[in-house]
Amino acid sequence: MVNMKKVIAETPSRFTAGHRMCAGCGAPVVARMVLRALKPEDHAVISCATGCMEVSTFIYPYTSWTDSFIHSAFESAAATLSGAEAAYNSLKKQGKLPNDKTTKFISFGGDGGTYDIGLQSLSGAMERRHNMLYVCYDNGAYMNTGTQRSSATPKFADTTTSPAGRVIPGKMQVRKDLTKIMVGHHLPYVAQTAAVNTCSDLYEKSQKAIYTDGPTFLNVLSPCPRGWGYPTDELMNINKLAVETCYWPLYEVIDGKYIVNYKPKNKLPIEEFLRPQKRFQHMFKPGNEWMIKEFQDEVDKRWEELLKLENL
Amino acid sequence: MSIRERLSGNEAVATAMKQINPDVVAAFPITPSTEIPQYFSTFVSNGSVDTEFVAVESEHSAMSACIGAEAAGARAMTATSANGLSLMWEMIYIASSLRLPIVMSLVNRAVSGPLNINNDHSDAMGVRDAGWIMLFSENNQEAYDNTIMAHRIAENKDVLLPLMVCQDGFITSHSIENIELIEDEKVKSFIGEYKPEHYLLNDKEPIAVGPLDVQAYLFEHKYQQAQAMVNAKKVIIDVANEFEKMTGRKYSFFEEYRLDDAEFAIVCMNSTAGTAKFVVDKLRTQGVKAGLLKVRVFRPFPAEEIAKALSSLKAVAVLDKSDSLNAAGGALFEDVTSAMFTNNVHVNTVNYIYGIGGRDTTCYDLESVFNDLQEIAKTNSLGNPYRYLGVRRNG
Repeated sequence: MVNMKKVIAETPSRFTAGHRMCAGCGAPVVARMVLRALKPEDHAVISCATGCMEVSTFIYPYTSWTDSFIHSAFESAAATLSGAEAAYNSLKKQGKLPNDKTTKFISFGGDGGTYDIGLQSLSGAMERRHNMLYVCYDNGAYMNTGTQRSSATPKFADTTTSPAGRVIPGKMQVRKDLTKIMVGHHLPYVAQTAAVNTCSDLYEKSQKAIYTDGPTFLNVLSPCPRGWGYPTDELMNINKLAVETCYWPLYEVIDGKYIVNYKPKNKLPIEEFLRPQKRFQHMFKPGNEWMIKEFQDEVDKRWEELLKLENL
Repeated sequence: MSIRERLSGNEAVATAMKQINPDVVAAFPITPSTEIPQYFSTFVSNGSVDTEFVAVESEHSAMSACIGAEAAGARAMTATSANGLSLMWEMIYIASSLRLPIVMSLVNRAVSGPLNINNDHSDAMGVRDAGWIMLFSENNQEAYDNTIMAHRIAENKDVLLPLMVCQDGFITSHSIENIELIEDEKVKSFIGEYKPEHYLLNDKEPIAVGPLDVQAYLFEHKYQQAQAMVNAKKVIIDVANEFEKMTGRKYSFFEEYRLDDAEFAIVCMNSTAGTAKFVVDKLRTQGVKAGLLKVRVFRPFPAEEIAKALSSLKAVAVLDKSDSLNAAGGALFEDVTSAMFTNNVHVNTVNYIYGIGGRDTTCYDLESVFNDLQEIAKTNSLGNPYRYLGVRRNG
């Protein structure tokens, strides 16, 4: 296991302070840790979908990104980066770029820019086998515009377009499983991860994803204090509860082979993850026990499914 | 020695692209421009270009990939038509605001709906305020020549704007005509190496492209973009002069055909100019002083120059192959008449919406326009300036 203290001490952050992401937001942790996995000698071209991360880290004339960075639109982070990667291949082939220098290509998008509006662009880029990593920081709603539901929003969550009302108790549909959709693209490396414990899982998967040849995908849980409704200092605890309840299993799929990286000895009940979040508050009112049960059943079903896939 | 060939408009553009040898081409098929990426991918397959061909899953991604490639430091090109351009629309604005000299071949076709695959200019008119340089082409030769000149204009450091070369779908894109091609080596040296000042792949100078640009800055950035379009006018003429030295073929903002002593003129773009020239010649033999102003450079709009060229006429008809659906008139008509007004040119001018959805425009149609112009001049009465040519009004 990698010594994260050493990694953090020895690799300067390529994503710098001064950005305007909220306190307690998971996304900057993700960006910083993914970029730490780059070899110091490598250059990177990073693309980012419109969203919280983009509008908070690159406000003219300031940027938090020390590598080359491009933002074009909401749904086009993958397609934009695929063009940059094609340019790299072409210029390299023609001898127009230095031979001894490697450039890596990394996209960041929230669940809005990835599960929803950017899904086509992502699917296209992955199918075309561009040598790039796409990182989804999944905070489970359109947070940049004020917590509207997305296809990544879990069932029953209270959002501003699926408000928990007197008749309809929040979002009524289950969450899309994007990680599996990406596995369906037969990529050499797909992983689901979160910033838990020392971030070693996130760091190691980032390393593998960046340095696996071909298109790779990381789905990273990225809690949002505003949209989920938790105190800002609870970020790392929320991450941990998501993993310990198996709401967000840590796993990777290498050339189609599933590996579940963490199996909690004592799988916590889903209430542990739901209770600290305001978006699920209505589920704890008397008479709504069925909602918690249904949520638990869905988590269990998906977890069992995953364990079966590992044994294939 | 130049090369004599017979090519369709699409073949002509694909040939120009082969000679340009761009670093990246990203395109998605759509009638009638499909042949361009088809021909081009054959060049890629056969190793006759160094290009990376990105067979994207949509036009939105085609323009996105061109943006990524051009920002990365590559020459990027694409081709599209109609709904393909509509799907790109968001990225069209972003490409120009990022000041990326992407070159696109736009094979003009009616934008849905209802669905129609034939020619009109509604696709181009939909992006006329998007900050792209827009060149129009009467025939395959002009589509080829405009494409060869494109990078020199777009990449000029005083310009740095994307550029689209328009030609009429099917009428030009699929008609085979004689063409004079320039030798590969001459094209190569005319265009030169692409050396962007700042680019993503320069590891010695990482850059950030596409910020959140708040109210303290966006206005200034838009102003700079507008100034680049102003600067493009001189560059377009400089490049045309250089091109003329190489080929003997003369280009300007527009072509004046028998306009010098004309009393009545048609203003139009693309292939209709060919029909108009035939009609002008015919009417001249009958003693009618007919003329034509064929707009080549629609963006930047050469307002002062067009107004001056039309100033001594008795009556003018501006032909729009796209209806603005605004109860007032087509886009070219509005630009031409406002240019005349602001330059103190007072000539009776009418508008004809014509050729929508590929409706054939015959020499008899254009003769009827010249008849109308003579009537207007005789009676000095304009009537309704917002007119139609060749439409059945009762369905």
